[in-house]
Amino acid sequence: MDFLRPTSWRDALEAKAHHPDATPIAGGTDVMVEINFDHRRPTSLLDLTGIDELASWSEHGGKLRIGAGLPYTRLIDELGDRLPGLAIAARTVGSPQIRNRGTLGGNLASASPAGDGHPPLLASGAEVEVESVRGTRLLPVEEFFTGVKRHALASDELISAVHIAPATGAQQFSKIGTRNAMVIAVCTFAIALHPERQRVGTGLGSAAPTPLRAIEAEEFLSGELADSGQWDSPRPLDDSVVRQFGDLVARAASPIDDVRSTADYRTHALGVMARRTLGWVWDEYRNHPSSTGRPECA
Amino acid sequence: MDTRIELRVDGEQRSLTVDTRTTLLDALRERLGVTTPKKGCDHGQCGSCTVLLDGRRATTCLALAVAHAGSEITTAAGLADGEELHPVARAFLEHDGLQCGYCTPGQICSAVGMLDEAEAGWPSSVTEHGEGGAALDESELDDEEIRERMSGNLCRCGAYANIVTAIREAANGSGR
Ligand SMILES: Cc1cc2nc3c(=O)[nH]c(=O)nc-3n(C[C@H](O)[C@H](O)[C@H](O)COP(=O)(O)OP(=O)(O)OC[C@H]3O[C@@H](n4cnc5c(N)ncnc54)[C@H](O)[C@@H]3O)c2cc1C
Ligand code: FES
Ligand code: FES
Repeated sequence: MDFLRPTSWRDALEAKAHHPDATPIAGGTDVMVEINFDHRRPTSLLDLTGIDELASWSEHGGKLRIGAGLPYTRLIDELGDRLPGLAIAARTVGSPQIRNRGTLGGNLASASPAGDGHPPLLASGAEVEVESVRGTRLLPVEEFFTGVKRHALASDELISAVHIAPATGAQQFSKIGTRNAMVIAVCTFAIALHPERQRVGTGLGSAAPTPLRAIEAEEFLSGELADSGQWDSPRPLDDSVVRQFGDLVARAASPIDDVRSTADYRTHALGVMARRTLGWVWDEYRNHPSSTGRPECA
Repeated sequence: MDTRIELRVDGEQRSLTVDTRTTLLDALRERLGVTTPKKGCDHGQCGSCTVLLDGRRATTCLALAVAHAGSEITTAAGLADGEELHPVARAFLEHDGLQCGYCTPGQICSAVGMLDEAEAGWPSSVTEHGEGGAALDESELDDEEIRERMSGNLCRCGAYANIVTAIREAANGSGR
């Protein structure tokens, strides 16, 4: 097995162009499991951990650009206050040791329907920046996932970064699993309020072959809130609105039965998580309509 | 493909030849005879292979040796100051934080790394949500925080109660 260790992003792109079959490795928390268990025998590995710029973040035009190689631990510590939904999700990934090494880029490229980073990215309308020697593309995160463990990267492309706007309203993430640490989620749900656009964003995990948004639920709730003038003078939500939102989220899912759970349970749980997290973010919004999205409770 | 690499292990400069496929755990145990980190699961779930890798806790079964050429590795054995046990190791002994001892080197390295993280103010998922990057007061390292922050280390003997006591003691005691 060849081992390529570029020290600049340009060299990494050149290497990927010359060795399209090379397996990139960032934190290694997915790749190494496959290698140790002989599920994957890469002909060559392209180690991205020597590229400092990939593990950094910056701010451009009101958006954060998170390098694909930034470990979760740093994401939580350095950006947690501005990306509360993503930070809550990141804190549930694996274990502290996994979070010290695992990255958002690796999470995206693994494209597991259960990747915990995906729902908050969907709820915030994030974009994935992918690059090759041919140039750069910016893909809405929902276009990045094309199937179970499948994504839109061409064989010479690497993920360079994720672009995401800092929170303008409350955000939440909820995950069901048998315990907190080191479980693959049974299902997950993320919600983000975008008061400046009068929109609600959602993201569902382990609910379908790919992570997805509950678009009908978003439309319904955004419409209800706008029609009743609630963005400007928020009041407690009607039970019927909360229930309808939960039902629409559950209806967006097309889960399967597997070793972790059943489709019926997942559908039911998604509705419950949607109602519960909506309650949390709306309470927060009512109490601090101008907050920058720092959650008060989870 | 064989590659020659250097590692600094418990303060000693070591040089070895590894196949590119070799994990850091296998390099330490099989090639260098450093058997302090243990292999429990080989896929990142049990934490028994935890060391401090350039000062931060990491599971060595998920790290490639070649990717860490030149790194500084501290195993539980290297934490001691000569004959003097590290305060965390001493607390494990004093509070019976072990039964068979297989998970112990990983638990101790993880605890040392964890105390550093807490001191640096890193929040966990049980730290009052919403504090974002806010600093964590060390006195807030209660049992719930310790359990969450040590959740990457399993103990098949179930010595958890005493492990938590030992770490609480080390966190609040002197000598750190
Ligand atoms: C014990 C354990 C528990 C876990 N728990 C969770 C969990 O709770 N939630 C969760 O979501 N995940 C979990 N995971 C999976 C894994 O930790 C995450 O998916 C993590 O985000 C992967 O990041 P990484 O940097 O380690 O990826 P790597 O293993 O380095 O790479 C993963 C994939 O991405 C590709 N890749 C990496 N970087 C790039 C790039 N820049 N461009 C293109 N391709 C790239 C690799 O080729 C590979 O296919 C767990 C893993 C373990 C071992
Ligand atoms: S052997 Fe590395 S975590 Fe279990
Ligand atoms: S003491 Fe036996 S596994 Fe922990």
